[in-house]
Amino acid sequence: MVIQKGEQPQRSRLAVAGARSATESVFGAGSRADRIGNVLFRALLLLGMGFALLGMMAIIVWSFVDGMPRLDMNLITEGPSSITPETAGYRTAILGSLYVIGGVILFIVPVGVGAAIYLEEYADHTRWWNRLIEVNIQNLAAVPSIVFGILGLAFIVRGPLDLGFVAAAGSLTLSLLVLPTVILASREAIRAVPSSTRLGSLGLGATHWQTIWHHVLPGALPGIITGVILSVSRAIGEAAPLLLVGAVTFVMFDPSFFEGQFSVLPVQIYNYAGRPQEEFRVLASAGVILMLAVLLVMNSFAIWLRNHYENKNAR
Amino acid sequence: MADSSMAASTAGANPRRPLAGAGTSHWGEKLIKVFLALCAAFSVLVTTGIVLSLVFPTISFFGQIPLAEFLLGTTWAPAFAQASFGVLPIVVGTLIVVVTALAVSVPIGLASAIYLSEYASSRVRKVVKPALEVLEGIPTVAIGLFAFFFMRPLAEQLFPFFPWDTPFSIGIAGVAVGLLIVPLVASVSEDAMRSVPAGLREGAYALGASKMRVSMRVIFPAAISGIIAAVVLGTSRAIGETMVVLIAAGAGNPNLTFNWFGSAQTMTAYIGGTATGDISQGTVVYDTIFAVGALLFSMTLVMNIIATRLVRRFREVYE
Repeated sequence: MVIQKGEQPQRSRLAVAGARSATESVFGAGSRADRIGNVLFRALLLLGMGFALLGMMAIIVWSFVDGMPRLDMNLITEGPSSITPETAGYRTAILGSLYVIGGVILFIVPVGVGAAIYLEEYADHTRWWNRLIEVNIQNLAAVPSIVFGILGLAFIVRGPLDLGFVAAAGSLTLSLLVLPTVILASREAIRAVPSSTRLGSLGLGATHWQTIWHHVLPGALPGIITGVILSVSRAIGEAAPLLLVGAVTFVMFDPSFFEGQFSVLPVQIYNYAGRPQEEFRVLASAGVILMLAVLLVMNSFAIWLRNHYENKNAR
Repeated sequence: MADSSMAASTAGANPRRPLAGAGTSHWGEKLIKVFLALCAAFSVLVTTGIVLSLVFPTISFFGQIPLAEFLLGTTWAPAFAQASFGVLPIVVGTLIVVVTALAVSVPIGLASAIYLSEYASSRVRKVVKPALEVLEGIPTVAIGLFAFFFMRPLAEQLFPFFPWDTPFSIGIAGVAVGLLIVPLVASVSEDAMRSVPAGLREGAYALGASKMRVSMRVIFPAAISGIIAAVVLGTSRAIGETMVVLIAAGAGNPNLTFNWFGSAQTMTAYIGGTATGDISQGTVVYDTIFAVGALLFSMTLVMNIIATRLVRRFREVYE
């Protein structure tokens, strides 16, 4: 039963136990078939949960076993090659990913946190435009990633921005993709800051913005950082929208942000995986190890950070 | 004094109420507010951008291909010499993936959710919940490789009597997508189950109900709208999944097929696969990307509206 410590739940737990034993003494405890059914049900639930965890673990373990032979320095220092898979690597793709992710961070932190502050601290929720923004962000969060690729192709690569198939276009596309996630996570974090903090600061004569900057944001920081890290790690692993904004080619030269071809780690992995030779499959799996190592460390840290501070606030 | 305590109590009751009137005299404060409002409004701009980028090429597409041929045709071969634009084969491909993914993820996800919410000790929950969340971050490319290089050959070894005629299988891709959305289904429905008030549980336990009975007869019905929302969100995620299908389901064939074991294309895989080729702007093939994208966008939009409604309903009832 989900009952936490404390005076009230303790008492209700006693009441439940008492009432239960009274009922059982009058009507008798559950039959044997009932008990067997319960054990089976529990076993079924455990099986389901075990399957979920094992399935995910299997992906990680398989990638490690399959990619192990190619886990060497060439993987990082060498560029791609279609002829020599034994020594080919991810150099240009890793650099491309770094550029793209750097751009994503620079974009989503101010815009995402800014939007969250506005919606939590300034917006009057009875106004239709503020409600429109809220509904819009929620729907945007669930738009398939490939649709953002279409947006990137039509608006950023071509169309109004006309950046061409460069890293900046990929970066902006991914920023738009993860922006709703950052806003939603930051809003949660800001909302969790107790309103007594705000009232205390305002009561001492601080302005609205001073209150937000000096008291609300520091309190919300762990939650915001968690949201940003999770979003960035999603952007690192995302490949589909980048297929449309030009990250598919073999890039021989180190990329730059605003000109020249670029690729990113997951797209390069996809590219290698599509080749018939055995060596390319191993190379692709080795790339997955690289990516998984980075992402699992980032996600674990982010989730640890959030849970750590949640417990602290609850205490 | 009376004023401030009243302000504190209303703010406590409704923490989302804006702090009206504070520090509005300073022009710097106003400037900051304008900047923040622009950040928030930017998201509306993004949606507008998506809609605009889909609408114009789609209109140009339907100027050349009649709507009826697009929606009802059973041959999808936009790039062939004998071009044909019936979207049904790739819609069916998407459906196969979605149904398979749900068949995998709903039982597993709900079992995990019930276990975590009703059975697990807080220590188990403290380990498993974050673990599921971390696993949710596995990139889809990795899952695609796993499906293509591991699951598909394994399935053929275990069940050699099925018609595995190509190295690709849309069904296996669907199973992999199912694995991918398990954490989502589990966490959303677990949230719904946890928000069922303790009083309902306690009442049932006090009457001598067993844990299974409480889970299935009390918690499950009480959390049903949240559970449906989880399934709908999972569906929308499965519709939009690209990389797994692109890697594990192959290029498909232009004709309508229901073959679970063979290669087939989905809407997302078509967009991803076509846009990577050399397609020049202004051709019909280029416009098909946007027409299919528009179809995809409207399908997921409907799903999300349903899910949002349902989630709001269970929040209103119990919070």
